[in-house]
Amino acid sequence: MAYERGQNGGTDIFAAYIRLIGGLAQRLDYDEQRPLTLMEVCGTHTMSIYRWGIKRLLPDNIRLISGPGCPVCVTPEQTLAQALALSERPELTLASFGDMLRVPLGGRSLLSARQQGADIRIVLSPLDAMQIAIDEPARQVVFLAVGFETTAPLTAAVLEQARERHIDNFSVIAAHKTMPPVIRALFSEGTAVDGLICPGHVAAITGARAFDFVASELHKPSAVAGFEPADIAKAIYALVKQAAQRRCVNENCYRRAVSEAGNVHAQALLRRVFEPAAAEWRGLGSFADSGLTLSAPYADFDALARFAPSYETPPAQTACRCGDVLRGRISAGDCPLFGGVCTPQQPQGACMVSAEGGCAAAYKYRER
Amino acid sequence: MCLAIGGTVVSVNEDMAVIDYNGLRKQASTRLLPDTAVGDEVLVHAGFIIQKLNADEAAELAELDRELRSYGL
Repeated sequence: MAYERGQNGGTDIFAAYIRLIGGLAQRLDYDEQRPLTLMEVCGTHTMSIYRWGIKRLLPDNIRLISGPGCPVCVTPEQTLAQALALSERPELTLASFGDMLRVPLGGRSLLSARQQGADIRIVLSPLDAMQIAIDEPARQVVFLAVGFETTAPLTAAVLEQARERHIDNFSVIAAHKTMPPVIRALFSEGTAVDGLICPGHVAAITGARAFDFVASELHKPSAVAGFEPADIAKAIYALVKQAAQRRCVNENCYRRAVSEAGNVHAQALLRRVFEPAAAEWRGLGSFADSGLTLSAPYADFDALARFAPSYETPPAQTACRCGDVLRGRISAGDCPLFGGVCTPQQPQGACMVSAEGGCAAAYKYRER
Repeated sequence: MCLAIGGTVVSVNEDMAVIDYNGLRKQASTRLLPDTAVGDEVLVHAGFIIQKLNADEAAELAELDRELRSYGL
């Protein structure tokens, strides 16, 4: 097992990259007032960085910020309102990944709905959701399908199976999103980001080449990174080295799981079951081609078309600064609600409620 | 949400495989990587095998060693 082999070696590799970063950082044209700013766009990277205390190990002229990489955080209020409306039907079971349950929406959540009697079940996989439909043919089972390119192929594979096995009581709320359009939009807004840490498991599916555009079109160095501390440090080092050498390429720093082309079978499946569409990102706005909607052959699995729920989307909580946190414009601690009105126990916005949200991470690990 | 863990394939039966994670065994679908074979080290996400892992650690360690020396570290 790769991780087990690296257990002690893993710590040494991490320490080695940290030392390399420290050594090279001195040669950069960046200082504490204007540090080399690197952004990651993956909730799991956010958590790993906080968990391993990586920020504190970096020199003062290198700064790590989080972008909109948490799919739970960016699921729009409308999607949650639709899920809540569907869960109110007595014959319907809503199946969801656990981290969606506490996302707040105007004083409610999937958890509060469940506490009031709605049949909402946590699943670890869309396969489990389909299994509920198989085991309970009298119920309509709806899977709340959120996640990026790592997770969307799983929903596609399950829908393909549901089709093959004629599972008529299964459908999905198709809420998957894709990263590249938002990355493009963030950089075109002129954010002060000097390099991108790219999500390694998204790239395992899409291929490292899916992020070539960051260097070739947006002219920013990028590095595809894994999730162990050594992987993250390696990617940071690669970006620091590019900055020092004034190079600008997309580097694959996670070659043990990521190839140039990625998982072509999963990509083909995605293209069969989904097609790109405009999508709303909570706190950020709408972006063309950033969402995945069901293709015509699979449109009958669309829960919204099947059930046509009526729902209201409550207005956004105005003091919540999640949008700015997600853009990397402010850090969690800069939000007026952070740590006071907004805590993991009573989250006001998605960044605090999601286990991988930037604010939840900052609160848990006592860093701002 | 991008949590994926590595394990070793111990058996494959149609579109499901049994994966060994340091002694713990669980099933995962092979539908996203249909040519999965026994003995493969794979990356598993939410019940599905999403990629095959390949170790290039020896090369990486050698490269790392060279870079550290070049800084005199």
